[in-house]
Amino acid sequence: MSQHILGVLVENRSGVLARVSGLFSRRGFNIESLAVGTCESPDMSRITIVAGGDDLHIEQIKKQLNKLIEVIKVTDITERSHVARELALIKVNADPGQARSEIMQIAGIFRAKIIDVGQKTLVVEVTGDCEKIRAIEDLLKPYGITELVRTGVVALQRGESTNPTNK
Amino acid sequence: MKTGAGILIDSLKELGVEIIFGYPGGAVLPIYDELYEADIKHILVRHEQAAVHAADGYARASGRVGVCLSTSGPGACNLVSGIATANMDSVPVVALTGQVPTEMLGNDAFQESDITGITMPVTKHNFLVKDVKELKRTVKEAFLIAGTGRKGPVLIDLPKDVLTEKINPEDLYSDVPDLKGYKPTYKGHPNQIKKALDLINESKKPVIYAGGGVIAAGASGELVRFAEMFEIPVTTTMMGLGAIPAKHPLNLGMLGMHGTEYANYAITECDLLIAIGARFDDRVTGKIEHFAPDANIIHIDIDPAEIGKNIAVNIPIVGDAGQILADMIERGKPGEQKGTEWTKQVHKWRENHPLKIIDDGKLHPQSVIRKLSEILNGEGIIVSEVGQNQMWAAQHYSFKNPRQWISSGGLGMMGFGFPAAIGAQYARPNEHVVLIAGDGSFQMNIQELGTVAQYRIPVKMVILNNMYLGMVRQWQELFYEKRYSYTDLPEVDFVGIARAYGIPGRKVESADDIEESLRKAIETDGPYLLDFRIEREENVFPMVPAGAGISEMIGKHETDDKGDD
Repeated sequence: MSQHILGVLVENRSGVLARVSGLFSRRGFNIESLAVGTCESPDMSRITIVAGGDDLHIEQIKKQLNKLIEVIKVTDITERSHVARELALIKVNADPGQARSEIMQIAGIFRAKIIDVGQKTLVVEVTGDCEKIRAIEDLLKPYGITELVRTGVVALQRGESTNPTNK
Repeated sequence: MKTGAGILIDSLKELGVEIIFGYPGGAVLPIYDELYEADIKHILVRHEQAAVHAADGYARASGRVGVCLSTSGPGACNLVSGIATANMDSVPVVALTGQVPTEMLGNDAFQESDITGITMPVTKHNFLVKDVKELKRTVKEAFLIAGTGRKGPVLIDLPKDVLTEKINPEDLYSDVPDLKGYKPTYKGHPNQIKKALDLINESKKPVIYAGGGVIAAGASGELVRFAEMFEIPVTTTMMGLGAIPAKHPLNLGMLGMHGTEYANYAITECDLLIAIGARFDDRVTGKIEHFAPDANIIHIDIDPAEIGKNIAVNIPIVGDAGQILADMIERGKPGEQKGTEWTKQVHKWRENHPLKIIDDGKLHPQSVIRKLSEILNGEGIIVSEVGQNQMWAAQHYSFKNPRQWISSGGLGMMGFGFPAAIGAQYARPNEHVVLIAGDGSFQMNIQELGTVAQYRIPVKMVILNNMYLGMVRQWQELFYEKRYSYTDLPEVDFVGIARAYGIPGRKVESADDIEESLRKAIETDGPYLLDFRIEREENVFPMVPAGAGISEMIGKHETDDKGDD
């Protein structure tokens, strides 16, 4: 059982995301995170899926994804040298005074940004791998996290190696 | 200028469509208006479900794409089980559905349903056409997807305003765009083929396990040549019946839950299993650990997702079964035939453990099927419903050719057979088409007697009537202490019902009348119904109980031991 990051290049048509996510649910595959957006070519999108399972399970996920007509290419990025990032926005209780300055210090250490300051809250924007986001979340928890949102992982292979849309 | 509906009909004609099975309604009236004088035949069924099954039966019998048409909402929803049937059995069907006008989409308008959403899991692909310019291209794309690679159903949803909008045909997008994500593999990888040939040469006890993919690929000829060249016994799935003639010396018949004893023994004992166009379905494998436990496995399939799905494979070969077998025949060395001891053993099993038939003068379903097979000389098209009738037909009819046996495999769809027989008859008008049904399954689409009567479709209906939902009753007998919960059916005067539609028929209650009544039905022009009152508690044997290994059959031929000597 391990986590895999799959890069899925799809045609940018309506309903594609429903086909992909529907495939996961009806075949009993579990999605841990899913991030989607247009890519360098406007008629295509790139979906990053994080899924857990043993090798056979992941192999079957890849094959089933490849069966979808609108799926152009599935790459198991985990197996290659890659960069993976996730963005989280964390709204945390921060009364003016000690707490607020501590939170700002923590944000500084994590190279996170404070992107909103309210009377009693701060919103912290943090980018990184899942572990980093978990770590800052753990540190902010004692102050009281009132809302948290994560984008899901996006990932690309490192260096020259690509999964290009023009082939 | 042409309407979208006109463009649709022109596109279908261009693709060679000759017949559509359908049912009209508000959203598809523009299409029906065009059909009024189009030279495409339209068969008015009595229920949309029958339209899709008929298109499916047409496709299975002809090898071409079958087409059905329904209106939006309820009509479209009535297609779903039939589309799922085609999907499970990889049958090329294009389903055309009407839809509310695009401006009303998503507003819960009258007779609106999100049919592309509903059918997403049971189609190979589906489309909602929102722009009339896309129409012609979409139809071409749909036929391409349905009829190539691993075949399957494709649905096109057609909003009413797209059908009524007028357009200059020159403004249509007509070329199928490059489908970047759809590139089926046809040619097997040469290294894999070489490895497979090596494994065949090393093996002592090989068996071929052939499925419906062999028939879909039109690879029966190659299968038989391949089996003969290496002298390898062949067992087929229910979907693969007809891929090798029943009476071929290397044919072991069907394997699995209701397979022959000798096929199941051969699978259990083999040291090499060559799976071709088959998907290791649970009704075939039984308990997976006991399925070919000592064998290396070569798996040939056009769908990579089938390989390794249920069972680990030593040599996967992705591609078209016909091309791969032809390659193997070309590259294999004659004179390296297998067999002798192994084929002798297999033949011995076959002699010692034939399928059981009871000769006690009573009316048994097996005798009906065997007599039918004899009268038609193993030819004709046999379409079955689902249940005991299906298994008796599969076990006892001696099929000679592919596309002769039409039955719902993957989904096990009761009600499939009767409308599928209608479609098959249109696909091959010169063949005898015989429906084998149970009294339960026949009543699932009995309204199609109206269609058969209206067009005088010469389908012969053979009902094996035990006044039970027979297969369910069998399971209740064997595994639920004969607690026949809601499986007995009251007596029905099927002949009387047929007569009400103007269809002749006969009730048969004695074994002495089997032959004569079958001959009479076959010789009669037009449709004919036979209501055979068979032994009520007859079972389908042998049977592998769910969860057991396939050699652990009950209802075996003589003894419980394998009788190897």
